[in-house]
Amino acid sequence: MKFIEFKDVTKTYSNGITACADISVSIDKGEFVFVIGLTASGKSTFTKMLYREEKPTKGVVSVGGVNVGKLRNRKVYKFRRKVGIVFQDYKLLPQLTAYENVAFALECVGMKNKDIRPKVLKALERVGLKDKVRSFPKELSGGEQQRVCIARAIVNEPKLLVCDEPTGNLDPQTSKEIIEVISSINKDLGTTVIMATHDKDIVNRMKKRVLVINNGMLVGDYAKGSYKADESN
Amino acid sequence: MKAIRIFFRSIRDAFKSISRNFSLAMASILCVTITLIIVSVSIIIAANINNATKNIEEEMNIVIYLNKKATAEDADNLKKEIENVKGVREIKFISKEEQKKNMAEYNDAFETILNYLDVNPLLDSYVIYVEDVTEISDIAEEVKSLPNVETIKYGEGMVEEVVSAFDIIEKVTIGIVIALILVTVFLISNTIKLTIYSRKNEIEIMRLVGASNNTIKMPFVFEGLVLGVIGAIIPICITIYGYVILYNTMHGYFFSEMLKLVDPYNFVFMVSAVLVIIGALVGMYGSVKSVRKYLKI
Repeated sequence: MKFIEFKDVTKTYSNGITACADISVSIDKGEFVFVIGLTASGKSTFTKMLYREEKPTKGVVSVGGVNVGKLRNRKVYKFRRKVGIVFQDYKLLPQLTAYENVAFALECVGMKNKDIRPKVLKALERVGLKDKVRSFPKELSGGEQQRVCIARAIVNEPKLLVCDEPTGNLDPQTSKEIIEVISSINKDLGTTVIMATHDKDIVNRMKKRVLVINNGMLVGDYAKGSYKADESN
Repeated sequence: MKAIRIFFRSIRDAFKSISRNFSLAMASILCVTITLIIVSVSIIIAANINNATKNIEEEMNIVIYLNKKATAEDADNLKKEIENVKGVREIKFISKEEQKKNMAEYNDAFETILNYLDVNPLLDSYVIYVEDVTEISDIAEEVKSLPNVETIKYGEGMVEEVVSAFDIIEKVTIGIVIALILVTVFLISNTIKLTIYSRKNEIEIMRLVGASNNTIKMPFVFEGLVLGVIGAIIPICITIYGYVILYNTMHGYFFSEMLKLVDPYNFVFMVSAVLVIIGALVGMYGSVKSVRKYLKI
């Protein structure tokens, strides 16, 4: 059994739009996978099904042996603790400092303060924000805010990191740095990373496995390094 | 241990969020304050109406006049028999001499007339107080058939009307109080809904980082509780000082001596307790109800 398995997964929203149709794919532990596609192609729905923000209408999504679609509502929170999520819009709490934003994830889980502190500092150090611990989100640049978001996602030491367009709001140089941070997490901690993006530059440079989704269907599954996006469009 | 930590963090977060969302918190507190003042006033009015009707009902009694030939022994036997009648609370003997004295005191003319007569024309009597005024006519019927009873008086007809009128007043006032409490719940939960709407991002993030629903709800529950209790402070002050001042200036009566005001000593504290409880419960309920909307996973 692979770490992540999609078996004939179809997702139809209540308004009749089918965002994913018959997707079957499996991903190994420790892999780094890009999910690419145009806007509204269904890649967001694909990633959302990984942390059960959306449930598949048909088929089975399993993550680390958990059948995510069948997960009871009141058990979802325990599953979410094993998945780190990085958002395009960071989703930081404006009234909390960088440190507090990261610590928030551990406080929700009920961890002791003295256990929280070293973990938070370690996570912030890993994303290169050690000296911005006391800054509020509005005092940080977009790239720095995204780093806080990544630190919050990994502070719980998840086995899976789901990134939904993490560089969507950032300039190319900052994007490169963010991808490096995520890549180092994948390499050093063995965290499986699934990243939805439409940044062709990054995909070409990283030479990782690539899933192409178009109109809700999986139209391509390229092994490491074999994908080359057409730079012209 | 984990639960206790989450518990105390929730209390801390509740106070933090009240101070950081101060204007919205003030709106909720004011809303609680205003509605609780209205609730307090209506509770006081309802309690006083109930008290007055109870006093009037307690004063209602049956008077029986004994047969002229009845001896002291007969009177004693009759008393025992009346005591055996179900629903009799108290029985008081008033001798004809006593009545003569009462009448004389009441009016000089009576004194003169009664003094002209060699014998006392009045009859010995018993005053019977009943436990439940609604049964007064049944009890009167039963007593009437006992030996040595000459005449019986209990304000036939009038009693039933008064009792049923009081019954209606009581039900109406209780209905108004309950309706007001429901309005409070609605108003407060609406105001709190506004404060929570502005924080739906926070709830979403909590959900995504793996906070259980109860962990998410708890700070909001405490926040609602604190808002409700703070909102109850002014209504409580108004209740305690306002009612005591009213009681003292009115000398314990509401215009007529028939309408005695409820003694303020324990009463104001009971009303205050009720206000705090309503404020706290309604605040918590409003919060939980509003948060639940954002907790669908």
